Amino acid sequence: MHKLFIRSFVSSLVFLFTLTVAAVAKDVKAAFVYIGPTGDHGWTYQHDVGRKAVEAAGFKTTYVEGVPESADAERVLRQLANSGHDVIFTTSFGYMNPTNKVAKEFPNVKFEHATGYKREHPNVATYAARFYEGRAILGTIAGSMTKSNVIGYVASFPIPEVIRGINSFTLAAQKVNPNIKTKIVWAFTWYDPGKEAEAAKALIDQGADIIAQHTDSTAIVQIAEKAGVYAFGQASDMDKFAPKAVLTSVENNWGPYYVERVKAVANGTWNQKDTWHGIGDGMVVISDLDSAIPSDVRSKVKKLQADLASGKVHAFTGPIYDQKGNLMVAEGKTADDGMLAGMMTYVKGVEGDIPK
Amino acid sequence: MIIDINFVGLIIASIMASAVPLILASCGELITERSGVLNLGVEGMMIIGAISGFALMTVTGSLIIAVFGAMLAGVLISTIFAFLTQTLITNHVATGLALTIFGIGISAMIGKNFVGIPGKEFPVLFESLKDTIPLLSPILFGHSVVFYFAFALPFTTSYFLKKTKIGLIVRAVGDSPESASNQGINVKLVRYACILYGGAMCGLAGAYLSMIYTPQWIENMTGGRGWIALALVVFSTWNPIKILIGAMIFGGLTIIQFHMQAIGVRIPVQFLTALPYIVTIIVLVVISRDSRKIRLSTPSSLGKSFYKDN
Repeated sequence: MHKLFIRSFVSSLVFLFTLTVAAVAKDVKAAFVYIGPTGDHGWTYQHDVGRKAVEAAGFKTTYVEGVPESADAERVLRQLANSGHDVIFTTSFGYMNPTNKVAKEFPNVKFEHATGYKREHPNVATYAARFYEGRAILGTIAGSMTKSNVIGYVASFPIPEVIRGINSFTLAAQKVNPNIKTKIVWAFTWYDPGKEAEAAKALIDQGADIIAQHTDSTAIVQIAEKAGVYAFGQASDMDKFAPKAVLTSVENNWGPYYVERVKAVANGTWNQKDTWHGIGDGMVVISDLDSAIPSDVRSKVKKLQADLASGKVHAFTGPIYDQKGNLMVAEGKTADDGMLAGMMTYVKGVEGDIPK
Repeated sequence: MIIDINFVGLIIASIMASAVPLILASCGELITERSGVLNLGVEGMMIIGAISGFALMTVTGSLIIAVFGAMLAGVLISTIFAFLTQTLITNHVATGLALTIFGIGISAMIGKNFVGIPGKEFPVLFESLKDTIPLLSPILFGHSVVFYFAFALPFTTSYFLKKTKIGLIVRAVGDSPESASNQGINVKLVRYACILYGGAMCGLAGAYLSMIYTPQWIENMTGGRGWIALALVVFSTWNPIKILIGAMIFGGLTIIQFHMQAIGVRIPVQFLTALPYIVTIIVLVVISRDSRKIRLSTPSSLGKSFYKDN
């Protein structure tokens, strides 16, 4: 008992000491607010990987997990702002109003809101990733490699982010293979491995030989591996979960942005802006291409990746028609960010209706 | 659409695979409840089983250690519940809820280091017979040992309760602990044993999810299946065979609604997602509406604490 006391006393002293050293070395403290647990191996997990990059760059960070998008969010934000944090990252769409509300009360604290569009105060910036660029890559691979011409897509919730992904994927797949059909199954969950597995199985039983997903767990790629079909990883590189099935993954890479913004706060160069980065800026990363992808597809993919990165090609380039055949984007034009942000209609070639 | 007979077999097989954790947890909880103890901690015990199984598999590399370790973890966490409710006579409902919250929290804590690690392949039995009989062989062959155990369990549970002496003692304790105690039965001992058995089955159900069904660990991966298992016990009126039916309907509708979406049936998706819950309850209520039988199979002292005056 006695020994234990001394040990914990010494370790807490060491801890306090490191705290002080850290505080002296770098003054800036960053806080992160997460919608889910860091153990989801998906959305929140990737944000936490970004947070660790900030920590590795020598800054102190705090995070709060599982914060509901309600009045609780305001309380958490106020608490973080009150306890000496200089910049607070709120990493879910539903934190949009709480972030702006609390930002008004703390003009000296910087707020960074992910995936939102409201910047009501000079200390609020927004940021998001152009994941649809990654999905265009996946669509190209899927369209080139499908034999059944049926591609399964496990979707989470009918919001613009997900619809945009489905559309971008389908458009790219059609470009290389006009006969493909994208079958959508809505799982109505972001992560529930059991449900996602069942959804993927249903799609495979219905003849899909490539499965794409917009849910977070690795269950789908594992089911694909068992069934001998191909799949794509989501949020992080899922190759080790299904080495044969996973052709590539679209990774969310927040680290560089977080480090850059925290550094800007430290240097006093932080400014309000709206960031929407894609492949070109490294916020969306395409994992290594699997050896199962033939070389002609590989070069097609590499070229598209380079063109998307340089801005030479836009994933939504006209002519684009909706399911009823109405023109959405005219020939030679590209969809503007406003249209992308509010996209709630399927393009031609997607089967079914968007759940209302 | 072409209806292929093997396709039907495959769908039935996947329905059965999804019903396994529900059957295991429900049959375990059924024994606990038959002894008069209401343990609402099913979800918590399942998630503890899930992380324990996955962690042991990753650390030791042995599937046998992992499966039995998960059951043991279920036993250990249910021991807490048993000690609180039986020895310290706390309220069953509150303690059970606390157990669930505790289980979810502690599994997340242990699980921090196991996120993002792929699981091991779990061996299946009779794989070579998989293409022998149309329709039946995907249903009968090529599953894990836990799968076969789960589908035998409702029948053995039913036999145990109806035909064996110990089963009779369990029911007596659940119906009237006072009379049972007067007959010289150690009520607390029986209830302890039933709680621990329920814990072991819930642990196994969790391990099935994290080791066999979707071999990985992520937080909250049981996704409310513990609560569905609890509801199945009640709506099946404490009858193991009806639990089997209920679990199959529930699993079946979950999977069939995905198929309907994929085929493109124009029914609102939200309705399809709610369908498993609605239909399972309706069917179980309808097949269990014989009030005399309900009276016979409902443990009358369910959720009531038992004190022995001495």
